[in-house]
Amino acid sequence: MSDTYTLYNPTVMEHFMNPRNMGDIKDADGVGEVGAAACGDIMKISLKIKDGKIEDARFKTFGCGSAIASSSMATELIKGRTIAEAMDFSNQEVVDALGGLPPVKIHCSVLAEEALKAALEDYVKKHPEAAAKAGQAQTVAA
Amino acid sequence: MRHVFLDHQSSTPVLPEVFDAMRPFFTEAFGNPSSLHQHGLRVRDALKKARQQMATLIGADSEEEIFFTSDGTESANLAIKGVAYANERKGKHLVISATEHPSVINSIEFLEKQGWTCTRVGVDAEGVLKLDELRAAITPQTVLVAVHHVNHDIGTIQPMREVGKVCAEKGVPLYVDCEASAGWLPIDVKEFGAALVSFSPHRFYGPKGVGVLYRNKKARIVSMMHGGVQEGGRRAGTENVPAIVGGGVAAEIALTELPKRIAHTAHLQKRLWDGLRSKVTYIKLNGAEPGPKRISTNLNLSTEFIEGEGQLLLCDLNGIAVASGSSCVSKSLKVSHVLSAIGLDHALAQGNIIMTLGMMNTDEDVDYTVETFAKIATKLRGMSPMWDEFERGIIDSIIAPTGRGKSFSQHAADVSGKAAH
Repeated sequence: MSDTYTLYNPTVMEHFMNPRNMGDIKDADGVGEVGAAACGDIMKISLKIKDGKIEDARFKTFGCGSAIASSSMATELIKGRTIAEAMDFSNQEVVDALGGLPPVKIHCSVLAEEALKAALEDYVKKHPEAAAKAGQAQTVAA
Repeated sequence: MRHVFLDHQSSTPVLPEVFDAMRPFFTEAFGNPSSLHQHGLRVRDALKKARQQMATLIGADSEEEIFFTSDGTESANLAIKGVAYANERKGKHLVISATEHPSVINSIEFLEKQGWTCTRVGVDAEGVLKLDELRAAITPQTVLVAVHHVNHDIGTIQPMREVGKVCAEKGVPLYVDCEASAGWLPIDVKEFGAALVSFSPHRFYGPKGVGVLYRNKKARIVSMMHGGVQEGGRRAGTENVPAIVGGGVAAEIALTELPKRIAHTAHLQKRLWDGLRSKVTYIKLNGAEPGPKRISTNLNLSTEFIEGEGQLLLCDLNGIAVASGSSCVSKSLKVSHVLSAIGLDHALAQGNIIMTLGMMNTDEDVDYTVETFAKIATKLRGMSPMWDEFERGIIDSIIAPTGRGKSFSQHAADVSGKAAH
């Protein structure tokens, strides 16, 4: 029975059962840990950044199935993006890539966005020169 | 894969004897009990028998004190609102325990919007009602006290005889929600001093679609459902005859089997809790220890550093059906009000699951559950930043404090910017 009916769609279930990029990065360049005041879930994202690009992203999550799936998907999506691109990352991308989340679980994807932004902020704080570069890149792109 | 149903608090399968008794009432005995011809009279007799079976289960004097509703929620609505409206001129104050079922609490909230007031009496850390607070809460304007027999979340058994005595001293009718206990624990309405009692057969191997409300002369009640004069005019609408007949049989079997059911589930409850606490670190049983203060069917657990919905999902993927009081499984994103009322830390409430046992569960089921759950806890802890931070001494355990690091709640507040509710 349990393999027939699922609480979430197959993509969300897949990412919950076999999460991508789960873990920590040793010597991470940026780490963000955020909590959802609404429900109490906690998410942590670590980034490895090289030449202005996200080379690796890992997560750890204390939360429900959709929180785990959201952080798994978010880390998948942002790998290979530039800092400027990652700064524009929106939770909607996670929701779309997961094929939708129940309305009450949208906040899980927001938490993934916030964890990513917190990790980027941490990186920028440690590497102000990279931020300036990313800012220029953004201006040029605009 | 083994399938283990550990959510008997949500529902139970219909017994074959119950199903057999119901079957004719879908086909040949299809009459409406309000009809005056043979078809109606036959069905009316069947309802009378079911009423007697229900009355016997709870020690009621007469089947005339039994009303049929559609389910436990309707019974609770009728008991609370029916008594409140019937006694509007006497007073507009009600008293309930803080850990009542949502069907009671939300009926009360509805009344509060209409001008009634309500005092919610607290419970101790095991979930037992504070009797002195109950006594102090009752005023001359109080028209009803509602206290459940057994808690739906944590399985705490309330001291009904003492609660009944307080209500009798004060002359206020008592409504006892027995939804979580009927069919699994002895119920005696006279010993409880109850004016109203509700229970539902689908919790003890009867069908869904029928609720039972006992009411004696101590409680005046007005109808909430208006129409014909079914159920003595207290509940309009054609009775769900097959479900009522099946429910009656389920009640009769429950009464006979009660000692066997208690012994079977108490044995499994001990085996399950002993197994879990030996195989899983940082796990806590919420509510009273198995024994006289806890129903033998219930284990309510908090496993630290991991969240409840993830535990529930992984249990389900391994064939084990459980429930959870975590905020993540609630549409309101709030943890169970029962866990809040017993003062459980939010982080532990977040890691909550509820396992409720029944007659079909075996020793093998329990051992499989222990083994599987230990793996689930390890898997989820491997994904949890809180487990890692605990191991690194950044945050401390609530269940077994090491003296290192800050509290989980403090940490959660720090990273979220405000405290979780």
